[in-house]
Amino acid sequence: MEPLGWIEIIGRMAWQFLPVWIALAALYAVSIATKRRTGLYGRLFDSPVGMIGFGIVMFWVFTAIFADQIITHNPLSQVSGMKNVLPGTPMKAPGGSYDWYLLGGDNLARDVFSRMVMGARRVLAIAPAATAFAFIMGISLGLPAGYFGGKLDTSLSFLANLVLAFPVILLFYLLVTPEIRETAIPGTMAAILFIFPLLFVTVAINSRWFPKPRQRNVMLAVSLGLGLWAYAGLAFNADPTGIWSMEPNLLNVFVSVVFVNSPGVFRIVRGLVMDLKSRDYVAAGQTRGEGPWYLMIWEILPNARGPLIVDFCLRIGYTTILLGTLGFFGLGVSPESPDWGSTINEGRRLLSIFPHPAIVPAVALMSLVLGLNLLADGLREESLRD
Amino acid sequence: MSDWDPSQPILEIDNLSISFFTRTREIPAVMDFSCRVLPGEAMGLVGESGCGKSTVALAVMRDLGKTGRITGGTIRFKGRDLTSMTEDQLRHVRGSEIAMIYQEPMASLNPAMKIGAQLAEVPMIHQGMAREAAWARAREIVADVKLPDPDRILRSYPHQLSGGQQQRIVIAMALMAKPALLILDEPTTALDVTVEAGIVDLVKELGHKYGTSMLFISHNLGLVLEVCDRITVMYSGEAVETGSVKDVFDRMQHPYTQALFRSIPLPGADKNSRPLVAIPGNFPLPHERPPGCNFGPRCSYFVQGRCDARDVPMAPVAGHTRHDTRCLRFEEIDWAAPPQVGKTAEKLPAGRVVLKLEDLRKYYEVSSGMFGGGAKKVVKANETLSFEAREGETLAIVGESGCGKSTFAKVLMGLETATSGSIMLFDENVQSTPIEKRDTDTVAQVQMVFQNPFDTLNPSMTVGRQIIRALELFGHGNSDSAREARMLELLDLVKLPRAFAERMPRQLSGGQKQRVGIARAFAGDAKVVVADEPVSALDVSVQAAVTDLLMDIQRRNRTTLLFISHDLSIVRYLSDRVMVMYLGHVVEMGSTDQVFAPPYHPYTEALLSAVPIADTRVQKQRIVLQGDIPSAMNPPPGCPFQTRCRWKRHVPGNRCETEMPPVKMLADGHQIKCHLSDDVLAQMEPVIKIAAE
Amino acid sequence: MRYAEWLGVLPGWSGMVDGKLEGRCVMRAPDRANPPRFCGVLQGEWGWSTVFKMTIKDILARSLSATGWLMLAVMAVMVPTSLLLGVLAGMREGSRTDRVLSTAAIATTATPEYVSGVILIAVFASTTVDLSWLVNLFGIEGRRTLFLGTATSAVDKITFWNFTLPVMTIALYGIGYIARMTRASMTEVMTQQYIRTARLKGVGFRQVVLRHALRNALIAPFTVIMLQFPWLLNGVVIVETLFNYKGFGWTLVQAAGNNDIELLLGCSVVAVAVVLVTQLISDVGYVFLNPRIRLS
Repeated sequence: MEPLGWIEIIGRMAWQFLPVWIALAALYAVSIATKRRTGLYGRLFDSPVGMIGFGIVMFWVFTAIFADQIITHNPLSQVSGMKNVLPGTPMKAPGGSYDWYLLGGDNLARDVFSRMVMGARRVLAIAPAATAFAFIMGISLGLPAGYFGGKLDTSLSFLANLVLAFPVILLFYLLVTPEIRETAIPGTMAAILFIFPLLFVTVAINSRWFPKPRQRNVMLAVSLGLGLWAYAGLAFNADPTGIWSMEPNLLNVFVSVVFVNSPGVFRIVRGLVMDLKSRDYVAAGQTRGEGPWYLMIWEILPNARGPLIVDFCLRIGYTTILLGTLGFFGLGVSPESPDWGSTINEGRRLLSIFPHPAIVPAVALMSLVLGLNLLADGLREESLRD
Repeated sequence: MSDWDPSQPILEIDNLSISFFTRTREIPAVMDFSCRVLPGEAMGLVGESGCGKSTVALAVMRDLGKTGRITGGTIRFKGRDLTSMTEDQLRHVRGSEIAMIYQEPMASLNPAMKIGAQLAEVPMIHQGMAREAAWARAREIVADVKLPDPDRILRSYPHQLSGGQQQRIVIAMALMAKPALLILDEPTTALDVTVEAGIVDLVKELGHKYGTSMLFISHNLGLVLEVCDRITVMYSGEAVETGSVKDVFDRMQHPYTQALFRSIPLPGADKNSRPLVAIPGNFPLPHERPPGCNFGPRCSYFVQGRCDARDVPMAPVAGHTRHDTRCLRFEEIDWAAPPQVGKTAEKLPAGRVVLKLEDLRKYYEVSSGMFGGGAKKVVKANETLSFEAREGETLAIVGESGCGKSTFAKVLMGLETATSGSIMLFDENVQSTPIEKRDTDTVAQVQMVFQNPFDTLNPSMTVGRQIIRALELFGHGNSDSAREARMLELLDLVKLPRAFAERMPRQLSGGQKQRVGIARAFAGDAKVVVADEPVSALDVSVQAAVTDLLMDIQRRNRTTLLFISHDLSIVRYLSDRVMVMYLGHVVEMGSTDQVFAPPYHPYTEALLSAVPIADTRVQKQRIVLQGDIPSAMNPPPGCPFQTRCRWKRHVPGNRCETEMPPVKMLADGHQIKCHLSDDVLAQMEPVIKIAAE
Repeated sequence: MRYAEWLGVLPGWSGMVDGKLEGRCVMRAPDRANPPRFCGVLQGEWGWSTVFKMTIKDILARSLSATGWLMLAVMAVMVPTSLLLGVLAGMREGSRTDRVLSTAAIATTATPEYVSGVILIAVFASTTVDLSWLVNLFGIEGRRTLFLGTATSAVDKITFWNFTLPVMTIALYGIGYIARMTRASMTEVMTQQYIRTARLKGVGFRQVVLRHALRNALIAPFTVIMLQFPWLLNGVVIVETLFNYKGFGWTLVQAAGNNDIELLLGCSVVAVAVVLVTQLISDVGYVFLNPRIRLS
């Protein structure tokens, strides 16, 4: 068989992405039809920048969801004779799952296209989750720091600045070097990080429903039950049912990413709280005897949501870059994982001779981050317009 | 420039229409607006917020931003049409022939440039003046606006000056090129009354000195009366009445103007016997204007089928000079008929003592120096505060910024604890109990109504939910449905439709939000309500309705109302007793009649004189205080008011500078803190006199 | 523990091994019988690298000077370009210049150094991508690609050809980031009341931007530039690895990769010190730019 030309490669890739196109079209049709009723989300469709950004992000989200349908080969299988082949090269032995390596093969003769698609799934599974944890941690610490001020604020801010001032790479090396990994530090950090969501939910429920004890107790029991179960599994790998677990390497990466991200969130939340706490409705809450945590979580936090959502989008992008950086230095999730950073790292050795194995994930990563940035920009623009 | 005849109007606006264009629609901001300003004349432009008065000013400057556009009409300045000028031509007009002064003096000065450079820039651009000459001119003008030590001022940055000084600099900047027309957009709104009085005097004086015409934009009718010769009243994007100040104030020919005057508290109004008449309804949003007359739905002279049939044109009033009105029925209405007085009420007898403060002090420690260290300074926010308030009584606390009234409110609410002294609430001492330690009953009994309607409600929670939350905390009702029912009752109490329970605060107007705030404060049947300037951020026509509501609820619940305000007109209208504060001290306290009549404390006297009153019959003694309010961080020694007091020379020796005056009891319950002897006090004349009709 | 020993705040370990005094400090002391109690960074003793077989002090000195040149070049390219672009984009919000520049800025910030580096190498320094005509066009001899894909030689001698790509890679990301900050700050300043005042004083647009807006608009980006140092170090590590430039970042990676703990710790101390110094500079500069703080 002949090698494919560029036009044919693009056409065939587009065809492989068919489920994604359908899902995107459906999502846009529904969203635009209901955009007047869906608040900020709907207004996003008034801004071209936001719409493009959202489209790119959702493209990768759907790619991650439908990855099994899109891939043409097993991303881990090596096919002899396909080492470093150029894009569009036909298989040596036709009749397999697909007859071409659409974007060529890498130095271990694996299909670059399929690896890129599966990489999306890895990245989109870790980055938003890690960002979310960083947010909960940043919020739980930023709220009291901004609200109470004083010594608490000074010491927390100092800590945050310390972490921020530390070059990220160095931090990663220190956290991931075997010597430190063998100590209890990562485990302890995980235990601390994962307890924050639990504490946050408990305090939130208690502060709001304490005038109605019965309702509160039910809600607390349910959320604590679920939370502790997940906590035992994630932080200590001690879930009896085995639903919640995380491999140690992944846990390590996850914890470090959360750790370096949360001070940034902390600073933003703290600033927003300092601004919002002088509002009259907070004073009104104080004069009717509300506790500080109610005011922070139920009065102040909801009104800080605009900037936080924007920052969330930006930060997912940043986390994606960070995960890539980790992969780039070989500190990634696992050695043969198809995540984009590791793939770029593998590909760079032969960069000046065979650029395509590195270029493909590089472009993928760039487009996802670009989409997130555009989305954040659109959101910011629309939330300011009122 | 040469072909302009000085007897012709300097500014002529004809049928001006301005619209703002959003992505989805066109929002007309100003429709069919006409007015003319003669040389040397001061024209007042009056209306409530959102009526388009600032838009007119910006249109004259041709600075409407990207979304605003002039859709019709002409603006002629000295006979030249501004609407068709190019950017380049405009630049020569701006600053040199038309200058503008804004509401926020701090925001209109560049924080990173020295005052002198900002001033000198104007003649350097327009007259090509050399740098030295321009600075000399700047120095001259700064002296003209009566700022002390002009050389030092020229060399300082804006943030080193006080608000009053900044506004004087902005005025100086406007006068640098000796413009023919000066536009003032609410120039004193951000300032305290006593400072405002100084600025107003300055503007009047300089207007005469330089022969400048003025377009004076304000929501304050009293201020317009003091400054302007002619007035245009605007409502919802249209001019509704225009004429000389005398004509419009005394022989008004438009129902809106009339309603406006009836809704502001003028001397003589009284909450019991002569209550204010609020304008019903709400200001229409720009895209929800009614057909025909915009004021129709709120007008008491409205005739269906006629007033809402077609657009109403401006018509001259027969027998008056240059007096026009936009009303179809102005010739049929009997303008002299007295207002229909709503319900009058009996004066509420004051009951037992609810709140008693003795010798309350609140000091703050402030550390100076950049790094938290340095010398600790003590700010005395409240100094020896003693008074009692009775059940069903309204006690007004009056003072300008920095007088300590808000600190006092915080201490009373328990958000801060007092340094010393006692607060007795129903025989219970709460002075050192912070709010977390107070029991639910005490908390529910003392509640607060806040100043800023846009800030008082949580923007991301429904109105009903916010009231229910207060009920939950106060332990009101034992089921969700009981609380829901109570919440709806509270909405009834503040005269809001029950459907509002489901609304978000952003869907409510300012007045409606303030009503929700009142409902929330009364959720736990509060006995003492602190109202911190509850109406000062509202439009005049809404103010009357909200004040009425407060009075109404007070009568029903026999609540003690502590009314914090800087607005003496409204204080005189609704309070039983008044307490005047200056820099943390109570300088005068007594019943309303006692405080508003001589003998005064010198500060009260100045305050009374400074408040503009929108009544042509009132003759005021003009007392303008020198300088600004001293900082509470650094109060003057002796009497706090001695730096600005005009009676100081009547006190022998330098007691004012060295000794804190004692509290002097004058008549029954009337006390002042002053060194002046009784016979000097007896010589004082009333500040406000109402001329016989 | 080990960290404290190494810093010199805890006494080094010592003990008797085979009847002889052995210990952390003993090994380096000139007089083995009388070892000092402390031997760490505070005493001027940085330690010994197991990878390079050199004292850490020497390694750091050499690599820092290499990185210093890189940083200097980056700053020289990045700061003026980004400020200029940011101001140009921000002075007329919503104009076409603004849209084009903003989109470009977003695109570069969305491209991490290891991606842009890879792409730059692929485009300008790869033999398969056909840019050789450019090489022929310029008639540069003795070379197959336009720029060099490695910067190893730049340690000895910096040339345009071996230094452009690494500098561009770091600067690209920074340009986008700082330009966006500057633009945001500039657009905000341009909506301020005092800009309107200036405009209505009859000041021309150029003068409004130069005299009134610029200084106020530069306050925010200045702090950003200084606070970006930790991140710049990050970029340096990536780029030095990618281009095989033997500077500070490369040393760091080598140290970490080969488990050379003392070198790694030495690198962290230097990195943190650099960052703290820049933070200090940023505070001082902020006060200098903002008269409101300076004089109150």
